[in-house]
Amino acid sequence: MEFIKFDAQKCTLCGKCIEKCPFGALDMDGSGIVVNEKCRMCGLCVRQCPEKAICFEQKAKAFNKEEWRDFLIYVEQERGDIHPVVYELIGEARKMAAKVAYKVNCVIVGGPGTAENAQKLLTYGADKVYVYEDEGFEGFRADCYADAVADCIAAIKPSSVLIGATSLGRSLAPRLATRFHTGLTADCTTLDIKSNTDMVQIRPAFGGNIMAQIAITKSRPQFATVRYRVMDKAAKVENPIGEVVICDVNEKMTQSGIEILESKVIEKQKSLEEEDILVVAGRGVRNEKDVEMCRRLAEALGGQLAFTRPMVENGIGDQAHQIGLSGRTVRPKLIITCGVSGAIQFTSCMKGAECIVAINNDPNAQIFGVAHYCIVDDLYQVVPYLTELVKNRKED
Amino acid sequence: MSACCLRRKEVQNMKIIVCMKQVPAGTKVDIDPETGAMKRLSGATRTNPYDLFALETALQIREKLGGTVTVLTMGPVQAEEMVKDAFTMGADEGIILSDKKFAGADVLATSYALSQGVTVAGGADLIICGRQTTDGDTAQVGPAIAEHLHIPHAAWVSGIVDVTEDAISVRQDLASVTQVSKMQYPCLITVDKDMCVPRLPSYILKKATKEKQVRILTFNDMPDQDLSRYGLIGSPTAVERMFAPPEVQKQVYLEGSAEEKADALFEILTGKKII
Repeated sequence: MEFIKFDAQKCTLCGKCIEKCPFGALDMDGSGIVVNEKCRMCGLCVRQCPEKAICFEQKAKAFNKEEWRDFLIYVEQERGDIHPVVYELIGEARKMAAKVAYKVNCVIVGGPGTAENAQKLLTYGADKVYVYEDEGFEGFRADCYADAVADCIAAIKPSSVLIGATSLGRSLAPRLATRFHTGLTADCTTLDIKSNTDMVQIRPAFGGNIMAQIAITKSRPQFATVRYRVMDKAAKVENPIGEVVICDVNEKMTQSGIEILESKVIEKQKSLEEEDILVVAGRGVRNEKDVEMCRRLAEALGGQLAFTRPMVENGIGDQAHQIGLSGRTVRPKLIITCGVSGAIQFTSCMKGAECIVAINNDPNAQIFGVAHYCIVDDLYQVVPYLTELVKNRKED
Repeated sequence: MSACCLRRKEVQNMKIIVCMKQVPAGTKVDIDPETGAMKRLSGATRTNPYDLFALETALQIREKLGGTVTVLTMGPVQAEEMVKDAFTMGADEGIILSDKKFAGADVLATSYALSQGVTVAGGADLIICGRQTTDGDTAQVGPAIAEHLHIPHAAWVSGIVDVTEDAISVRQDLASVTQVSKMQYPCLITVDKDMCVPRLPSYILKKATKEKQVRILTFNDMPDQDLSRYGLIGSPTAVERMFAPPEVQKQVYLEGSAEEKADALFEILTGKKII
């Protein structure tokens, strides 16, 4: 395994790398600087070398599949808690792990409180959770987070590394895959594993017009980022047997070329166009009080309430939340229309939605022409009942 | 390859490299049945729309601080058209990495070739990429280039907060937080769409740059002559097959009492992980 490369032409044998190496992994012999087995790929020598004579990457062919085992999941933290995509990654990894008798390990990097969060993963069936906790890891910076995760990968040699395809994960994953000179499949929507431990990775390309099945057959680890809300969340296990492993963090590991000047939680209300879930109140919703019934459904779903034009003209809805030619055009993941007749001025501005549900007691309503799921019934019965179903699930 | 190849701050003129790509204009895709690699030559092409925001960002920084803007791309020589378009917007130089040996490259091999291209171009203080391309959609090449060059990067940049001769501060949208990050040069950013309005091509510039040459680099110009790092051979990922996405769902009428219908809908929505 060739992790660290020295450029003999640039190296002046100054010995600074030997002095700075926190693991005592570098020595000097007759042929120059040599790396021994203690090297943990922290990358410190690469940064410290005044001549920039060191770089680290392994050769594509220098690998033995047998040496790389198990799954490693990168655990993203969001506002001090674990990002929900992590539980989905654990669930998917456990399914695949069962087929090839692999373990599912996790690595988590962050500031104070990280070790505490790591405990939560055990109940979802994680075998080992490697923790890199340090004040210096407060706030995401791709370079030093990559150093910490690379340290873990080099130490435990996973066969596959799964990372959530979030903004953060998609910034981190390419650095790691590049460092290990291996393959990365971005934004997977389906994963499986062959008996030879190669993952079957499926992802959309060309804006979703084509699906590509991708394999990484000649290098390890296999990196994949996985979309949030595509996989099933892991089930809790009765008697967790996993353990939390606290890893050493040295000062240098937290060094970063990125300085965080400010970090703000986004509080702003999403605009209608940005919303993933919309509930629309149409003329079938009789008055303001009944509009509240629809609003409760929207809130339970974590989305927003929108209106048709007649509702805005009647003064029940506001213009910022009007869908239609004289209002907004939306493409949410889910839109539930309640008592909307479905005039073309309305449907032309929402028919791009991924999933359209129409609730209307008039079976001839035009809205049923564009809906994927049609409920011909009284919305006053369906909506409150559905709201309760959604609420109860959230409390589970 | 290391950060030594990159220009440092003692160099007076700020040098910016913008990585761009020519992508198919339509959504029709041809695939080489033998290799599983996409054929890029067929059909009309356009500049990856996300890259225009990267170019505009670079031009605005040049207007403030001076220096040069170089467009770097990899692809067939037809990409010259895109680079010429970039000249009409104000780019100073253009480089195309074009060689059969580069073909069929995935994220790793593409980013490696581009990082080699950066070195051949004499390095850069700041490298700017678009957030993703419209064909590959990976959004991974930018950060991978930064890793090859051992420089810090900030992805999903939604605004430039401050830019000086030594450092750049950018606003990043990271889902639930916005973060302002400051980096010294050399560094790389990937910029989001709509962070600026790309300027229109200028007729005056078009006339002025008519004779301007686009530099074509081949494998032989690369500092690293290890063939196994480039193109299809240098790509650890292989496309096993391409297929059409599952058909769009048909219309379903839910049956039963109001409550049964609501139950059925709830099952469907949770099953599809929409809620």
